Amino acid sequence: MRAVLHRAGALLAPVLALVLGLAMHAPAQAHKPSDSYLTITLADGAMTGRWDIALRDLDFAIGLDADGDGAITWGEVRARHAEIAAYALARLAVHVDGADGQVCTLEVGAQAVDDHTDGSYSVLPLAIRCPTAPKRLTISYRLFADLDPQHRGLLNLQANGVARSAVLGPQAPVQTFDLKEASRLTQFLDYLRDGVWHIWIGFDHILFLLSLLLPAVLMWGGRQWRAAETFGAAFWSVVRVVTAFTAAHSITLTLATLGYVSLPSRWVESAIAASVVLAALNNVRPVFHGRRWMVAFGFGLIHGFGFASVLVDLGLPRDALALALVGFNLGVECGQLAIVAVFLPLAFSLRRSWFYRRLVMTGGSLAIAVLAAVWLCERLFMFKVLPF
Amino acid sequence: MLLVPFPRVAQYLALLLLALLLLAALLLSALPAGAVPHVPSSDSVIVERLPARATDPRMRELIELRTAWRRDPADAGAAVRLAQAYFDQAAAEGDPRYIGHAQAAIGLWWERPDPPPNVRVMRAILLQFGHHFAEAVADLDAAVAQQPGLGEAWAWLAGIHMVQADYAQARHACTALAPLAPPLIATGCMAYVDSVTGRAQPAAAALRAALQADGGAGAAQRQWVLTRLAEIEEHLGASAPAETAYREALGLDRSDVYLLAAYADFLLDQNRAAEVLVLLKDRARADVLLLRLALAAKQAKDPAQAGWAADLAARFAAAQARGDTTHQKEEARFALAVQGQTERALALAQANYTLQREVADARILLEAALAARRPAAAAPVLQWMAASGVESVSLQALAARIKGLR
Repeated sequence: MRAVLHRAGALLAPVLALVLGLAMHAPAQAHKPSDSYLTITLADGAMTGRWDIALRDLDFAIGLDADGDGAITWGEVRARHAEIAAYALARLAVHVDGADGQVCTLEVGAQAVDDHTDGSYSVLPLAIRCPTAPKRLTISYRLFADLDPQHRGLLNLQANGVARSAVLGPQAPVQTFDLKEASRLTQFLDYLRDGVWHIWIGFDHILFLLSLLLPAVLMWGGRQWRAAETFGAAFWSVVRVVTAFTAAHSITLTLATLGYVSLPSRWVESAIAASVVLAALNNVRPVFHGRRWMVAFGFGLIHGFGFASVLVDLGLPRDALALALVGFNLGVECGQLAIVAVFLPLAFSLRRSWFYRRLVMTGGSLAIAVLAAVWLCERLFMFKVLPF
Repeated sequence: MLLVPFPRVAQYLALLLLALLLLAALLLSALPAGAVPHVPSSDSVIVERLPARATDPRMRELIELRTAWRRDPADAGAAVRLAQAYFDQAAAEGDPRYIGHAQAAIGLWWERPDPPPNVRVMRAILLQFGHHFAEAVADLDAAVAQQPGLGEAWAWLAGIHMVQADYAQARHACTALAPLAPPLIATGCMAYVDSVTGRAQPAAAALRAALQADGGAGAAQRQWVLTRLAEIEEHLGASAPAETAYREALGLDRSDVYLLAAYADFLLDQNRAAEVLVLLKDRARADVLLLRLALAAKQAKDPAQAGWAADLAARFAAAQARGDTTHQKEEARFALAVQGQTERALALAQANYTLQREVADARILLEAALAARRPAAAAPVLQWMAASGVESVSLQALAARIKGLR
């Protein structure tokens, strides 16, 4: 037990080191154009908001640095909270059903501070009360329009489980949003479908998995493969491999999607091809027999990076990252289980035949190894001979 | 029935549990976008540092100009003086917030079809900063049509035509500028065009002579000419004279983001990443300089410096959130050299090359096309190199490798 965990620890150690290494680095503050971050949330009929406005911009507008020493203290900000709230609210309006519709009242709660890439912001919690439940919401924004026409308000509108974003500013000061539309469920199902689709068209992932599953209904007898005695033994062997693969690629898929780790795609794709070659050759001359789940785990970490690049290419909703990640990952697992569900009974019933042990196991594995070797060359040296 | 022995199941479950816990912890730690708002523990806690204190001479000057502008925002002279001061601050610090303030200063005329010529020039300067080159050229053309003696307008026209590789127009602007500008700038303008049209050696000689003749020129002008000279020498492969010119330019007591970026690139080409990390360590606020820090960290393989890359990725994400695409060149270099995203780098370099066609823009497109093994993507640069007669050792080496791919 300890030995197993220790080995798993060796696989995870570099990943963890990366995560911790990044977490400890204090980011350098950016020079960037002025933005404010406005989040409005409508849930169960109640509307709330949060508006982050840069202290530097507020200083430019109404002067926060009372003693002029170039440093703004919390005391200096706190003394001006009422003015900050009044200044901001005078430049934001929310209407129900069009700019000429009914106006919603805005109220600022107790302010705090938060950090963004370019410095500290005053955080204004908003209570928004509308006379009727809005079907459409119109937002009029003119914060700093007179002082800095390049200023933008980055709106994140969360209404009934659907998230939308928009860029407010002098280029588009009044924008209207339809609040009924696609639900989170359909969004989730979309990512789920993408996940299933990706594993079915991702021949490299399927072949890797199949290479590890082919011997699951057999047992290595020292010199040759023998049929597994019970379905239970074959079943558990498959479960171990599939779970290890799933756990591993889920970890790196998450890490890569969230941006904690990034590897050059060329090396990731090449390593995936190499993993298929090794897994297939292992069936011809077993080295890892009985510990295939560890192979599945180790290489699964690499396959996760491949999944992540697909997910990133699909476009990630900033506000529904978890939804996309979980949906896509579950889709991959469903697609994978479907393959296993077809493979296992078939392989189990054929396991004693010459057809399975010679043709499928040895011939098939060799064919997979050759195909994957071509992929490996293609990906390493960047040329193309195969159409898939 | 031979089921799997219990200890194996336990091992497997333990490992699964470990993996799931790790996953859950990561998701939880990453999900609340941004940090959590907090209330500082006491009134004396410093929550933000401003770029300068109010008593700083530069700030004082800005405040005075601002007061004058406030008194009469319709006074075009006061408005342009304030906008120019903000623009200079942006160029020195690499801080785009000042561009917005400059735009506000001439806000009264921003949407008007025919502002006075001096306002039009200022509007063009701000437009080109956002890569709106066509609109900027239209404003400058209109300004010089109305007032041909506007030297500044001709200088900007030359600059924009150079960026867009329109050398006939650039030469025309330099010719018009010559009688209006100090000799150093007039020579610098023409040498700038000569340097990429097959006359780099005479251009360098002319700049050197002009610098020697005009010892009394202002620091800004000398710095601009020295930077041009350094770049020409660098393109010719003359590293020692390039270094001398860069150092002399940096020695002038005046901060310039473009110069720092160019010198950092020169050092990176010579595998002198350690010097870049020292030179720019306090200048990470400017994205273009942060890029050089990230590139240097990568080249030095220094894990302690690896955080620059994460910072820069966050900056590009923030720029994308507001729909800003003016950093495509930098983003392409980052994608290629640090992130290893070859195809994305190529797409960015191609998009950038439709707008900007200087040596640095050509170089990143060649590098990306080479890395992606897509020689066809390099065709516009190869055509430009043949047509212009540009002399650049780095471009020529890359072009030779591209041709080797075919």
